[in-house]
Amino acid sequence: MIHIHLADQYKSGSSLIHGLDPRIKIIGTILFIVAATVLPFGAWLPYALLWLGSLAVALLSRLGWSYALKRSFVALPFALAAITLPFTIVGQPIAQIGSLTISAEGSVRFLSILIKSWVSVQIAMMLPATTRFADLLWAMRELRIPKPLVGIVSFMYRYLFVFADEALRLLRARAARSATIDNKGGGSLWWRGKIAGGMVGNLTLRAFERSERIYDAMISRGFQDEIKILAPPRLTNHDLIILFVWIIYLASVLLIRFI
Amino acid sequence: MHHTLEVSNLKFSYPDGHAALHGVTLSIAPGEKVALVGPNGAGKSTLFLHFNGILMGEGEVRVCGLPIQKETLGKVRASVGLVFQHPDDQLFSPTVLEDVAFGPLHMGLPETEVRQRVEKALAAVDMSDYLNRISHHLSVGEKKRIAIATVLSMNPEILVLDEPTAGLDPRARRGLINLLKTLPQTIFASTHDLRFVRDLFPRTVIMDQGLIVADGATDKILNDVALLEAHGLEKP
Repeated sequence: MIHIHLADQYKSGSSLIHGLDPRIKIIGTILFIVAATVLPFGAWLPYALLWLGSLAVALLSRLGWSYALKRSFVALPFALAAITLPFTIVGQPIAQIGSLTISAEGSVRFLSILIKSWVSVQIAMMLPATTRFADLLWAMRELRIPKPLVGIVSFMYRYLFVFADEALRLLRARAARSATIDNKGGGSLWWRGKIAGGMVGNLTLRAFERSERIYDAMISRGFQDEIKILAPPRLTNHDLIILFVWIIYLASVLLIRFI
Repeated sequence: MHHTLEVSNLKFSYPDGHAALHGVTLSIAPGEKVALVGPNGAGKSTLFLHFNGILMGEGEVRVCGLPIQKETLGKVRASVGLVFQHPDDQLFSPTVLEDVAFGPLHMGLPETEVRQRVEKALAAVDMSDYLNRISHHLSVGEKKRIAIATVLSMNPEILVLDEPTAGLDPRARRGLINLLKTLPQTIFASTHDLRFVRDLFPRTVIMDQGLIVADGATDKILNDVALLEAHGLEKP
């Protein structure tokens, strides 16, 4: 059977980063993003230091220095939400496009947002690339992220693939019966809309029925109202030392700007 | 402890009014291996869901001597391992380890014992190397084996299997049959695969339209062409 393999981000390896406890990695990632967020606009040196930090993580993970860099471009379209800033922030004019004035202050803000989001995405990319999804799930549970939320993410991860496979089969069945003779196939837009709507409804029903069967399978194995998992491994000193070094690094980056 | 399944005059209708079971009576002795055959919609899966108290109809169902009631559900679910037809429904955890550990963990067993049971169950289905695999990346045959391991880890006395050979290629099917032969538990399995029935089950029950229409030695039933044809089955 042909499967859909939705991009599973994990790249197996045995580097320092892969071996870190997933809790440490989640905390480290969040701290990095917070640091990038609180840095003021135009703090170019700290930005560069943050980028070097994310580069160091990529190198230590042995995925190569360009691994996160290449994938970080997915963030660019979101940064474009800030594209209006150079035009709307009032300040020293540096260029004129028609009736629009580009201000220096606005441009600084725009560039800062662009860089901050870009380095944040680079570090965030490393988390799923070096951590198995199942490990992220228990780590999230351990970090007191609400259980229903972790449960939803867990089931979503398990069944997104199954759901996508089902959608693929439906699409294939439609394609197999969508013949054209003398370019007269296809039907009206209204008719095609009805077919597509029916397919979405069909998928929803199937998902609903599957969820009932899964629930049955869960209660027949003793599930009552809370998912129990095996106790996670203890944090080692090694993990804690690395988190400590990471915090010192982020604190230094902030201090350089604020002192 | 007697590892029996006893059903007497069991009736069940779905909430939409569709009557699925019209008075089923059946008894399975410890260690027996029994096949349940019959056309689609005969009520086989509905009957199976009663053995874990997921559905509760009129009449009586006793598992290992215990009547199925709210108070006995935990015990009943530990003694009857119900394996669903679609392994994607049975395997709902991110990894094989978590799925096989699910049953024993929810029975409240201590961690060390859970881990021992997981190892034993995976060894029993010959899948010890799959501990950290992700369920989605397994083949159907592998999923079926893991699905059986997810209930073996609960140490059930009775295995109830819904169409275990459905969707398997010949090699995976043969492997599964050989695996089931090695299991000591009482087995009650529904199937459309009558060659599988002949290979593994000394006793066969035919169900049609919510009733048991035949119950006896497999040799005899599988040679009764008129009976088989009357219920939409074919002599293997």
